[in-house]
Amino acid sequence: MTDAFLKLGQYLAFPFVQYALIVGVLIALCSSLLGVTLVLKRFSFIGDGLSHVAFGAMSVAAVVGLTNEMFIVMPVTIVCAVLLLRTGQHAKMKGDASVALISVFALAFGYLLMNLFPTSSNVSADVCGTLFGSTSVLTLTAAEVWVSVGLSVVTVTVFAVFYNRIFAVTFDENFAKATGIRTELYNLIIAVVIAVVIVLAMNLVGSLLISALIIFPALSAMRVFKSFLSVTICSAILSVGTALLGLLASIMFGTPVGPTIVVAQAALFLIFWIVGLVHGGVKQ
Amino acid sequence: MEQLRCENLTLGYENGAILKNLSFSVKEGDYLAIVGENGSGKSTLMKTVLGLMKPLAGKIERGEGLNRWDIGYLPQQTIVQRDFPASVWEVVLSGTLSGEKFHPFYTRSDRKTASENIEKMGLEALKNRSYRELSGGQQQRVLLARALCATRKIILLDEPVTGLDPKVTLEMYELIQSLNKEGVTIIMISHDVTAAVRYANKILHIGGHVFFGSVKEYLASAEGKLFTAKEARK
Ligand SMILES: Nc1ncnc2c1ncn2[C@@H]1O[C@H](COP(=O)(O)OP(=O)(O)OP(=O)(O)O)[C@@H](O)[C@H]1O
Ligand SMILES: [Mg+2]
Repeated sequence: MTDAFLKLGQYLAFPFVQYALIVGVLIALCSSLLGVTLVLKRFSFIGDGLSHVAFGAMSVAAVVGLTNEMFIVMPVTIVCAVLLLRTGQHAKMKGDASVALISVFALAFGYLLMNLFPTSSNVSADVCGTLFGSTSVLTLTAAEVWVSVGLSVVTVTVFAVFYNRIFAVTFDENFAKATGIRTELYNLIIAVVIAVVIVLAMNLVGSLLISALIIFPALSAMRVFKSFLSVTICSAILSVGTALLGLLASIMFGTPVGPTIVVAQAALFLIFWIVGLVHGGVKQ
Repeated sequence: MEQLRCENLTLGYENGAILKNLSFSVKEGDYLAIVGENGSGKSTLMKTVLGLMKPLAGKIERGEGLNRWDIGYLPQQTIVQRDFPASVWEVVLSGTLSGEKFHPFYTRSDRKTASENIEKMGLEALKNRSYRELSGGQQQRVLLARALCATRKIILLDEPVTGLDPKVTLEMYELIQSLNKEGVTIIMISHDVTAAVRYANKILHIGGHVFFGSVKEYLASAEGKLFTAKEARK
């Protein structure tokens, strides 16, 4: 064990490890802030859906031969997020069903394209990377870190400034609309922000982990806390904490990053679930 | 002063009109009760007046000085999910947000308004409780407090007493009446014609034959006579 800690100390001196920790924590923070709203709006799987859309867009970009794929990936993902979240309450199809539909289609389409027009030698590794994250979180450049920092600052600021409206729109959209709050605008803001966070996170951690970062902290916090603010704060702390722990553990023991974090979060969820049971049981 | 005037409204959804040629108006301080059978379009009318949906034809005019956000609203069923984490305080305070001006955070006067309305609805003891853990009657009072935070001018209530026991129902009616006495205009949808006749000063009956007029006129009308006959038999 002491060996492992010594090893960790040495690793922490490497810039790429520091970069991974910074970016991991920021992604965890951003996705958990929106997680509460998304879970409550029944959009738990939007992380999966949108990252598959991004994967589909990426394969199109690769086939077309674009040098900077972000120009196609970002707009396509944002448009999909807007369309999905906009359907909301008036939709003929429930949110989770349309997310599943788009998710599966985009993944299949992307994989098909890559098979028909192979650009890299190992297609299944690419798909695996989409799901579980490649090792790219450990190969970040300083520039990529700065982009992540910038986007995270924007995300957190937007969330803080619109926090009260996001609560109102999530809690009771009709009431908010009746009192003149521009609910479409806030739904749009939520959609754009989540799309940006997901595209940012997808390369690094994979869609499995994005979904986990959206779902687990929010659900764990909701087991124990009862107000929107306490749930939001708690899920942010849980998300950042597990991301940090998971990253360190995966560096120490050489396990894959994404699955390590997901397992840590599942364990925490179990603990919170039991605490919620005991706590709620005593009160009644 | 006239606060709201609806002229020749046609209401409905994509698949056709539900109500045609509906005209009525509301003055400041009025207590209008809207009655009619299930499915006659009462909630649809309310959604249209609130601007949540557009009328198929006709127009809705707001009186001078009445903005879009000066209308408070108590929905028929709030589709709040069972697991939504929100404290009573957060729910009531959210009523102070409106399209009028953009403050990112609640101001001191917002908090004061929320406190006052919590007190008025007798909810002080529940302030930090979770909304989802309250009884139906308590939840209705929380939503009424939220509506009062949005406005002091005009409040629309869609069947505010559904699911409440007789005692709490009476309390709710008294509460609404006291608001009306303070000068808040009330528009209430109700299946309870007895209560409508007792508390309101105007009645709008929709579905089948449309009637709009004072309570006195209503009791003299065909629909009203039907109702008084039923009452007499009790
Ligand atoms: N979203 C919708 N799309 C299409 N038709 C609808 C929709 N909502 C309601 N309707 C129809 O419009 C009619 C009026 O519905 P509404 O909810 O206004 O009735 P109501 O008078 O409020 O009834 P209740 O007393 O049961 O609340 C009904 O026939 C209903 O089926
Ligand atoms: Mg109704």
